[in-house]
Amino acid sequence: MSYSSYIALIPILPLAGFVLLGLFGRKYLKNASGIIGTGLLLVAAVLALYTAYHYFFVDGKVGDQYQSITAFKFTWLSFSDNVSIDMGIVLDPISVMMLVVVTFVSLMVHIFSLGYMKGEERFSTYYAFLGLFTFSMLGLVVSGNLFQVYMFWELVGVSSYLLIGYYYDKPSAVAASKKAFIVTRFADLGFLIGILVLAYYGGTLDIGTLIQKLTQQQSAEFLAISTASLFGVSALSWGLCLVFMGGAGKSAMFPLHIWLPDAMEGPTPVSALIHAATMVVAGVYLVARLFPLFTLTQASLTVVTYVGLVSALIAAVIACTQTDIKRVLAYSTMSQIGYMMFALGVSGYGGENGLGYTASMFHLFTHAFFKSLLFLCAGAVIHLVHSNEMKDMGGLRKFMPVTNICFLIACLAIAGVPPLAGFFSKEEILLAAYNSNKLVYGEALFTSGLTAFYMFRLYFSIFWNKQKDFHHHNDHGEGTMSMKIPLIILALCSAGAGFIHFGEFVSSDGKALESQFDPVFSAAPVLFGLAGIMLAWVMYKRETDKPQKVAASLGGLYRAAYHKFYIDEVYLFFTKKIIFNLIGRPAAWIDRNVVDGLVNASANITADISAMIKGLQSGKVQAYALYFFGGIVTLAVVFLYWWK
Amino acid sequence: MNGIPVNNILFVSIALFFIGMYGLFTRRNMITMLMSLELILNSVNINFVVFNKYLYPDKLDGLFFAIFIITIAAAEAAVAIAIIINLYRSHRSIDVETAEEMKY
Amino acid sequence: MNLSLLLIVPLITALGILPAKGLKQVRAIAMAGAAVQFLLCGFLLFAYLQERASGNTAAFLFEDDYSWYAALNIHYHIGVDGISIAMILLTAFVVLAGVLVSWKMEKMNKEFFFLLIFLSLGAYGYFISLDLFTLFFFLEVAVIPKFLLIGIWGSGKKEYSAMKLALMLMGGSALVFVGLAGVYFNTDVNGAHSFDITQLSAVNIPVDVQELFFPFAFIGFGVFTALFPFHTWVPDGHSSAPTAASMFLAGISMKLGGYGCLRVATFLMPAAAHEYSPIIVALSCIAILYGAFATMMQTDLKYINAYSSVSHCGFVLLGIGMLTKTSIDGAVLQMVSHGLMTALFFAVIGMIYERAHTREVARLGGLLKVMPFISTVFVIAGLCSLGLPGLSGFVAEMTVFMGSWENADSYYRIATILSCASIVVTAVYILRATGKVINGPIVDKTHLSFTDASWNERLAAGLLIVGVLIIGITPFLLKDLINPGTAAIMTKILGVIK
Repeated sequence: MSYSSYIALIPILPLAGFVLLGLFGRKYLKNASGIIGTGLLLVAAVLALYTAYHYFFVDGKVGDQYQSITAFKFTWLSFSDNVSIDMGIVLDPISVMMLVVVTFVSLMVHIFSLGYMKGEERFSTYYAFLGLFTFSMLGLVVSGNLFQVYMFWELVGVSSYLLIGYYYDKPSAVAASKKAFIVTRFADLGFLIGILVLAYYGGTLDIGTLIQKLTQQQSAEFLAISTASLFGVSALSWGLCLVFMGGAGKSAMFPLHIWLPDAMEGPTPVSALIHAATMVVAGVYLVARLFPLFTLTQASLTVVTYVGLVSALIAAVIACTQTDIKRVLAYSTMSQIGYMMFALGVSGYGGENGLGYTASMFHLFTHAFFKSLLFLCAGAVIHLVHSNEMKDMGGLRKFMPVTNICFLIACLAIAGVPPLAGFFSKEEILLAAYNSNKLVYGEALFTSGLTAFYMFRLYFSIFWNKQKDFHHHNDHGEGTMSMKIPLIILALCSAGAGFIHFGEFVSSDGKALESQFDPVFSAAPVLFGLAGIMLAWVMYKRETDKPQKVAASLGGLYRAAYHKFYIDEVYLFFTKKIIFNLIGRPAAWIDRNVVDGLVNASANITADISAMIKGLQSGKVQAYALYFFGGIVTLAVVFLYWWK
Repeated sequence: MNGIPVNNILFVSIALFFIGMYGLFTRRNMITMLMSLELILNSVNINFVVFNKYLYPDKLDGLFFAIFIITIAAAEAAVAIAIIINLYRSHRSIDVETAEEMKY
Repeated sequence: MNLSLLLIVPLITALGILPAKGLKQVRAIAMAGAAVQFLLCGFLLFAYLQERASGNTAAFLFEDDYSWYAALNIHYHIGVDGISIAMILLTAFVVLAGVLVSWKMEKMNKEFFFLLIFLSLGAYGYFISLDLFTLFFFLEVAVIPKFLLIGIWGSGKKEYSAMKLALMLMGGSALVFVGLAGVYFNTDVNGAHSFDITQLSAVNIPVDVQELFFPFAFIGFGVFTALFPFHTWVPDGHSSAPTAASMFLAGISMKLGGYGCLRVATFLMPAAAHEYSPIIVALSCIAILYGAFATMMQTDLKYINAYSSVSHCGFVLLGIGMLTKTSIDGAVLQMVSHGLMTALFFAVIGMIYERAHTREVARLGGLLKVMPFISTVFVIAGLCSLGLPGLSGFVAEMTVFMGSWENADSYYRIATILSCASIVVTAVYILRATGKVINGPIVDKTHLSFTDASWNERLAAGLLIVGVLIIGITPFLLKDLINPGTAAIMTKILGVIK
């Protein structure tokens, strides 16, 4: 079966779900909506798995290198001879991997939601939005055209807006959805300008052609883009950094991360899908997609590295202080994505140098499983307890054995404990960092310890600690089978995904990369991880006053971290005070008073002048008669005496 | 009639004209204004008759004009009084100053 | 096909309304007329595509030419190219939707529908005219009824707004006429003066004449398209107008200006267009950003949409001012896209106003709960306005950006980047309005009794949404349609740049 015969179905099936449920769901389908949405996605997921099998094991490889295959393509909108938006599907190792990840996680979320969202008033709308989101994300990952990426990028943004604002009558959810959209939109502005720059110099929007043209050091395009400069930075660096700005926005990298914690206002399965496994990795994916271009300039790679590193650290620190379990998970997502980013940043192109690239993609892959698992478990917990706050939980292991085990597996995976998935991918990242930059390595190591600490803080607080009073809620136990099955499947994946020899399939240049497993090197990260776990064990296994004491002794740092380093406040100041009060308000005022004032003034001046002379046109017949008579007398006098 | 010099008659006609003019300009009462207008018209009538008599005694053009003007004056008076009555009905007054809705 | 049919049908409809009795008859006639016209426009598109497919490469198709006033060489010369067809289709969509949303017009319905149809007659005539004089004639036909529509059926400060709108647009027309007359008297077409666009474009108008009269024509048409700083009629006019008139005003009237700027000013006087391009770009860039920021502070839904129209129409002028093929394509796309989108927005605002009797954002909230259909339409219109891919706004704006970026000069680059920045501001004001009006808790308990859209409102909204979706999903159709037209304009421009 050739790709072109069915590949388009993978994105189109979820879209069909969106259209069908969006138009008819509310009235006619109602409860069947969940089954329809899930069924369509199941087909898409099976097709994606088949594609992956076919690509990786049958015809993807030519010689020793995986090829990029354009399954189909048509011109959607052409701007000039070479520059056009082509809609198409490009298969290469990372896009195929993402196809699998997106459809798989989305399928799990669909299934989980059957139980979780049951009885919601807008049940069909929810599934419609999930379909739209899956469609957009799939469209994004298979793009071969920079502008196609941008289009689906925006669609992803909008579906996340719709899903975060799903509880539309809750003001906090509405505010969060707005924030998410506007912050990412701001980042997209950078992306858009970056595209304009790259497209102008590269003379094409097609990613493959663009990479081909610019990576040849002698090509006219490369010379043009690397010599043109602004403020001493080459156009290439500018373009890539701007594109990265878009990626950083969507991937919630510092300082554009402020929307991610708030985005937890959406239903929890949505958080699992969007804000953990798929949408937020779009930024990483984008950098990976354009990676050959990024390797052309050290400047842009450095930016990627440090943005990733700072995000990873800051998020980990903040995560240690938060009390809302979804927010902890959100910050942990940000931290893990920071890992993926700096792994790309320290990577080179081709061969052994490309280890960071492979590691980043590997981490993306494994992270998708354990992070969606964490969120779905959190969803199950919230379903039971009806609260997001850690203080309302405790001792849950007795009530939800399955969730307990799954959550534990996910925590161990993210903490990097062997032999779970996270261990392998994180170890590769650390190795890549170690090979390129010791500072990055040191910080990454420290962060991995923090990760273990805050994840187990979460775990112990929820499932151990002191049991809280929530029996009156406990009417449905751990939830339906449809909620448990995805947890179990994802737990299995989180446990086993690490054993895939990822480097054989995904690498920067398409050639297989041998994974170098070195037990000695692994000792340090594992030790840091175990130390973090032990610390959490001591502090949170039982209810003690140790956490408060530690928090008190840290003082200012703790408070700052608890308040997310006041970044939100800075933004708020900037938008409310500067944009609204210093730009918006004056603009509106000037328009009403100065510009419109001029218009009105011209009308008023005309009116005033006419008011001055209208006295002559009094409307009094007698006055007219007098003027008339006076005129005649004057004329008579003139003609009789002067005009001789 | 032959005994009256033409100057005297013209004097009467001019006096009549200016009295009418004065009335027309100064009075605000529409009836008075209408009467003043009649005075002006009649002064013109006198002129027509007199000039016809003294300049072209064997023609009747001037007399025709005078009769014509009398006819028109009658019609005009009818229309004017109709307007005045209507105005009085709507405004309870026949002062020209009170009817100013259409001004400007 | 005979293009004059496009004028005859509205004329018959308008005359047919006069003897009708009662709302039912009146709206039935208006509806029938608009529907026939809609089908006729569809047929025109079909005939045009067929003609092009059969290899007819003439600049204008279906031409007709009658001498109207021989002494001044004024002709009734009509013909269409892809750009005109796009605008004609836009008009057909908006007028049909406009009749549908006015279905329950209580006050003086006969006069209302008569004027509405009469306006459309002006617009159709304008878009098919190839003679500057008839073009100007129809422009006036499309202006004057608006004064009555706003003054009689409007709301708020309607007399003030009607007067302001009429005066500013008449002022614009006066400038246009000076420009046209200047071109007419100072150009020698085979030893005579001519108003004919095809003939004028064939001879080169002397450059000094262009320099003198281009500003008149461009600013004159620009007033219609909310060229900064002559845009202040837009917020007042739109917000006071009744729903259908707002739709027509923003959807079509503002496009009359854009079309004129393109077809008359730029096409006939390319040298001057090239020369004045930096000024046009600066003004439109100001309109885009400043309009967007001003929108952010508005509290009345109609003001929000009116100011956002200023911002969006800035893209039309920006596209024209940038003078590249892609940017001019983008300008035309934006005209069509904005016409549909803003008509949709005004229609839905009208629906909300009809129920809530307020357009103040602060006094509305949570409408999604009580009116899911109307709210969904509102969200779609909003998303189109902020440029969501798959809806028309995205295609048009991106084409303008891509085209603008082709100008390598850093002055134009900065203007492009600033204009791009408006997409963020647009998102802010659209989401603020949506978040307050559609989402959130219900503000007023009386709103709970609202009913959702009636069939005519659903049909009107559906019609416009289909239009928006067609452009958004298959932009290549529209792009191919307008391509020969913009290419002809571009040839003229390239002729003077070198």
